[in-house]
Amino acid sequence: MDRITAGEGQRQPSAVEQGRVRYRRTQNRRSVLISVGSTLVFAVLVWLALTASPGWEQVRASFFDPQVAWESLPTVLVGLWTNIQVLAIAVVGVAVLGSLLAIARTLRGPLFTPVRILAGAYTDIFRGVPLLLVLYLVGFGIPGLDIFGRMPAQFWGAIALVLCYSAYVAEVLRAGIEAVHPSQRLAARSLGLGYAKTLRLVVMPQAVRKVTPALMNDFVSMQKDVGLISVLGAVDAIRSAQILVASSYNFTPYVVAGVLFILLSLPMIRLTDWYSARARRREQIGGTV
Amino acid sequence: MTANEPVLRVEGVVKWYGEQPVLDGIDLDVARHEVVVLIGASGSGKSTLLKTVNLLERVDDGQIFLAGDDITDPRVNADRVRARIGVVFQHYNLFPHMSVLDNVTLAGRHVLGWSRPRAEARGRELLERIGLGDRAAEYPDRLSGGQQQRVAIARALATEPELLLLDEITSALDPQLVGEVLDLVGELKAAGSTILMATHEMSFARRVADRVVFLQNGRLVEQGTPEQIFDAPQHEETRRFLARLG
Repeated sequence: MDRITAGEGQRQPSAVEQGRVRYRRTQNRRSVLISVGSTLVFAVLVWLALTASPGWEQVRASFFDPQVAWESLPTVLVGLWTNIQVLAIAVVGVAVLGSLLAIARTLRGPLFTPVRILAGAYTDIFRGVPLLLVLYLVGFGIPGLDIFGRMPAQFWGAIALVLCYSAYVAEVLRAGIEAVHPSQRLAARSLGLGYAKTLRLVVMPQAVRKVTPALMNDFVSMQKDVGLISVLGAVDAIRSAQILVASSYNFTPYVVAGVLFILLSLPMIRLTDWYSARARRREQIGGTV
Repeated sequence: MTANEPVLRVEGVVKWYGEQPVLDGIDLDVARHEVVVLIGASGSGKSTLLKTVNLLERVDDGQIFLAGDDITDPRVNADRVRARIGVVFQHYNLFPHMSVLDNVTLAGRHVLGWSRPRAEARGRELLERIGLGDRAAEYPDRLSGGQQQRVAIARALATEPELLLLDEITSALDPQLVGEVLDLVGELKAAGSTILMATHEMSFARRVADRVVFLQNGRLVEQGTPEQIFDAPQHEETRRFLARLG
């Protein structure tokens, strides 16, 4: 922030400016101290309220047992690896199906009416149905058809995730496509680019940029919902924790799984914050408001 | 504030963008009821100067006084300072989700705490004055550029600011719409507003300005009456700038 000295030090700030810099520095230091102080007070109060509650000792023994936590960690980690694999596959599926749906919904012309209607119905249905229900229907229903042979539960879990999240992502992308100013389409078409190329080279890149924070948010949400595949019997982090809980009557493995899911989502959450902040800075050119 | 204290006093204002000085020690007074016009090439610092006066940019050195109050003091409440200054931007910046009347009454209702009837009475009076009394319920995108800019001026005037800053307010307008906006500024001058404006319209500057200020590379090169600056510029840089405009 020290812009005065930027000019190879030949510029000495006036006494007034030095005073202002000093004042701002004191103010900054004060704000930091206040924020640290208020955070500490808040943490202490929460801690006191927790430990003073009558059942705290039992809760601590059955949810926060360090011994159990340490012993359950390897098993839960192995389970988490399953979650990560399913997530990786599902993300690709969502990207493809979501984009197709979004484009289908924005197609113009009477010929595409059935496509538009189908895509619209799809997003309506899959945004309305709870993910858990889709998991049950896909995971226990489709194998019953006996078409695909025996597939692991992870496979059906990934399919269900893709079906649900594609509907959300399609709507986000559609909002982005519609937010690209029509003059951009005109400019691209006037160069002789066809409909598809206009979409691919001009509209989609701008659309994705506009809705990146929303897409990242959906990804974070998907990272935790991938834990729901445990209801199909897939031995993921949650299922492993459940097995451990059943054999020890101690709930600490659940807490371990929860912490691992948080750790898994942290990088993406930070990345989303950073990206949004950068976009905000770019839009406000040099303002202090 | 004493009778002959300037409404605005800029003292040695410096502003850097990285290594680049955009304002390099500007001194400028604007007296009550005076219209001061800033001219100069793009990047000469006109807009930055207006932004520092409205506290949209923080100065890196120097001081700015509004009616005697040091508004560059970090202790002052910037929002309160801005409420005393009216600003009109190049691109109107009307709020598209509000009717024309709501645009004009927003600051009165939410900054000065006026009741809706009081703010609307003031708003309608201003819209009458700018000749758009019948468009109060319209939304901005139904208006022409010139009309929008006149509404933006009305919005800036709604709170009876001590000083009006106009930043290239005709640059985004079609040539045939420039006249109506400049005529309105002429009327404001006749009514006694204190105005600091940046413009590329030299003929208008000549007609309406009490004083013309020529900026180049963040420095105040020359100032004087329109006759002095346009007919008998003293500095080579001023002559060259005006010659290029032809």
